[in-house]
Amino acid sequence: MSGRVLVGVKRVIDYAVKIRVKPDNSGVVTDGVKHSMNPFCEIAVEEAVKLKEKKLIKEVVAVSCGPQQSQETIRTALAMGADRGIHVEVAGKDYETLGPLQVSKIMAALAKKEDAQLLILGKQAIDDDCNQTGQMTAALLDWPQGTFASEVSLDGDKVKVVREIDGGLETIKISTPAVLTADLRLNTPRYATLPNIMKAKKKKIANVKPADLGVDLTSRLEVLKVEEPPQREAGVKVETVEDLVGKLKETGRI
Amino acid sequence: MLLRKVSQSSALCGTILRIPPVLSGGQRQAGVVALQNSRLYASEAAQAVLEKPAAVGSDAATKVENKAAAAESKSFAVGIFKGQIATAQVFPFPSVLSQEQEQFLRELVGPVGKFFEEVNDAAKNDALEKVEDHTMEGLKEMGAFGLQVPADLNGLGLSNTQYARLVEIVGGHDLGVGITLGAHQSIGFKGILLFGNPAQKEKYLPKLATGEHIAAFCLTEPASGSDAASIKTTAVQSPCGQYFTLNGSKIWISNGGLAEIFTVFAKTPMKDPKTGEMKDKITAFVVERSFGGVTSGPPEKKMGIKASNTAEVYFDNVRVPADCVLGEVGGGFKVAMNILNNGRFGMAAALSGTMKSSIAKAVDHAANRTQFGSKIHNYGVIQEKMARMTMLQYVTESMAYMISGNMDSGATEFQIEAAISKIFASEAAWNVTDECIQVMGGMGFMKDAGVERIMRDLRIFRIFEGTNDILRLFVALNGFQSAGNQLKGLQKALKNPLGNAGLLAGELTKRAKRKAGLSTGLTLQGTVHPELAQSGELTVKAIEQFGLVIEEMLIKHGKKIIDEQFVLKRVADCAIDLYAMVVVLSRASRSLSQGHASAQYEKMLCETWCMEASDRVMRDIKLLRSGESRKLFKNLRAISTALVENGGPVSPHPLGF
Repeated sequence: MSGRVLVGVKRVIDYAVKIRVKPDNSGVVTDGVKHSMNPFCEIAVEEAVKLKEKKLIKEVVAVSCGPQQSQETIRTALAMGADRGIHVEVAGKDYETLGPLQVSKIMAALAKKEDAQLLILGKQAIDDDCNQTGQMTAALLDWPQGTFASEVSLDGDKVKVVREIDGGLETIKISTPAVLTADLRLNTPRYATLPNIMKAKKKKIANVKPADLGVDLTSRLEVLKVEEPPQREAGVKVETVEDLVGKLKETGRI
Repeated sequence: MLLRKVSQSSALCGTILRIPPVLSGGQRQAGVVALQNSRLYASEAAQAVLEKPAAVGSDAATKVENKAAAAESKSFAVGIFKGQIATAQVFPFPSVLSQEQEQFLRELVGPVGKFFEEVNDAAKNDALEKVEDHTMEGLKEMGAFGLQVPADLNGLGLSNTQYARLVEIVGGHDLGVGITLGAHQSIGFKGILLFGNPAQKEKYLPKLATGEHIAAFCLTEPASGSDAASIKTTAVQSPCGQYFTLNGSKIWISNGGLAEIFTVFAKTPMKDPKTGEMKDKITAFVVERSFGGVTSGPPEKKMGIKASNTAEVYFDNVRVPADCVLGEVGGGFKVAMNILNNGRFGMAAALSGTMKSSIAKAVDHAANRTQFGSKIHNYGVIQEKMARMTMLQYVTESMAYMISGNMDSGATEFQIEAAISKIFASEAAWNVTDECIQVMGGMGFMKDAGVERIMRDLRIFRIFEGTNDILRLFVALNGFQSAGNQLKGLQKALKNPLGNAGLLAGELTKRAKRKAGLSTGLTLQGTVHPELAQSGELTVKAIEQFGLVIEEMLIKHGKKIIDEQFVLKRVADCAIDLYAMVVVLSRASRSLSQGHASAQYEKMLCETWCMEASDRVMRDIKLLRSGESRKLFKNLRAISTALVENGGPVSPHPLGF
């Protein structure tokens, strides 16, 4: 077992920011807006670093796909305890259309190249809420997957994963190499301390192009329009239950 | 005055005789000679003014050397006292971070902000009157205790500008924590950073940087606050010379109850090399609690910054090894002043963060509160408050980063500017938060809103680290000193008028023009962005008149100027306003040149500020020149005297009983 864990981290608009749609409805405003690491990716990094601290794995590699600024996100992962980073450069039009399909192809290629024992991702990103990358990557690699993990424990060459599902909790045991996606209650990510940020400056970030990995970034999707949710309209008060039923029939609700 | 006298008596030499005591028989610093026996106030101000030239050029300090030193000063604040505009340190607005430094700083800002938003609970700290244990631990882990300690000694090695940016975040969240951190690193062990020898640095800094040891700055005593030179704690050297015995007590020491390492100032009896007599001079020591004999009292109950520990510290026959002397034996006063001077910009940075936070609360309230059918931010009264609040914050922020930028660029002369920034920031923050409460109405008064705590925390900032009153005297006296030196230089030239005809002709013309209110050719054109030309003009006029009135005051009062506190205060207020004007001109110019989105808005801030500041300066100058000022000051003095004599208000009750 290589003892190497790959963690995917995505740079997204910070959760506290008020999102604004661009006037041309082509997307949301990202220029000059505060960005940070996707919260579920933080949880993924934390889990990987914890495994290393327990000496169950040997190396944590943080990976991010995106433009120059994605390096900041990798640095945050390094400050949390990852050993090195890989920045897959995707910019311009390619970045605008970058989605789970393309990212999962990249991740699959890297997981093979780096001989990873585990690939840990956040369960979904807070900007697109796709919840697909982990699953697609596992399929491309033909690896088992433990998604929505709220508890992970290594046992030899197997991984026990407690999953949060609609009905409650499900415990599964899968072989490695495997793909895991982190859910909210998996752990509480540590604060990057300033001395660690300083130490992280010395850690290496490798630059890779998708072409080097033999990945084709063409998108099968085209975004037609992005718009705000409709404004909530005022309600109407009615006097009696009959009136209510009448109004509901009127608007075609029943 | 000089002009009139010259026109009255043809002999230039006649004017020499009119130039009063300030300049005559001057051995060393003009107008400051009397400070040798200064008793009253501002030992800090007075002594610092006295000691500065002492530091510059030992006993060889001749008029020439002093004149040279003063003439070459790059400090803007020094320049205005001579009616000059020294632009080197103020234009363009300093940009001192390398790309690497800036990137690093960006990475730090997020985690620090996050910590203060999610972990630190300012209200809890205030209620408990201490920083919560888990918060202290988190701050230590975060590296917050050694921001400016070199990286190879466990610190983060931040520059002043980087430090200012982080301290701004702290100031915006919790001033109690801010003081705990500041008392530790900004003054507590700053002496070791500035004056420590390599052995001392290696011994103490690593544990101080991680927060394993906390530091405290021990200067103030029950009978010695502003009059720092009068401290009574003693440190007597042993006959063998190996150690000093420290005895005395200090009060109001921040971190006093927590610290392991103390920077202590005490009087050491020393033999004067020239006269052979024993004199008491201040020496700075690094004292460890583990030396034994060091005890601290219970935490003081305060109005604000309750989370910060303030305690009395007692030294009872403490044996301090001789290698714990910081700097030179007898050189302690300079150490103290340098430490305080070095840390002052931090206060402006922190308070600019505090103001941002208060302003945000006020804006939020004004934008959402409806009264009389409109949101209250639509009403003129509220608009004026909000505009003033943000101008004050803009000025403070600009001062903080200008000074930190100057310091990082290697400037050595910034003590007047640093003092100005401390005065300005502390008063601005108080006013801004006060107005914030006013805008919020009754809500602002309630504990839950969180603003009353900030108000309580802010009060001390006008008092500690040099009261604003003392610092004003310092600013004025420092300025008068260099102006006086220049006048002295002129006097020397006057003694040999033919040999210095050019210089004298130039000076006379300049004075004639200034007196007549004409421009002397002094200009900011080409320095300031063309769109700010008008504000630049206002500033130049104000500086010209200021320089003139300074000379007039010197000629009028001579050496006695140091006693004229009514004058000194107003002079300082002008200097503060002038520095503030130039600082916003610089910042707004930069924004305009760089085409920032906010450039037009900043132009408005700048113009509005300059309009009002220039009015204030001109008004003060007018008062200082008028015969009425004499009457005013006399009355103020008499009222106070009667009050003190009477032990309270003098006038009988309107009802007669």
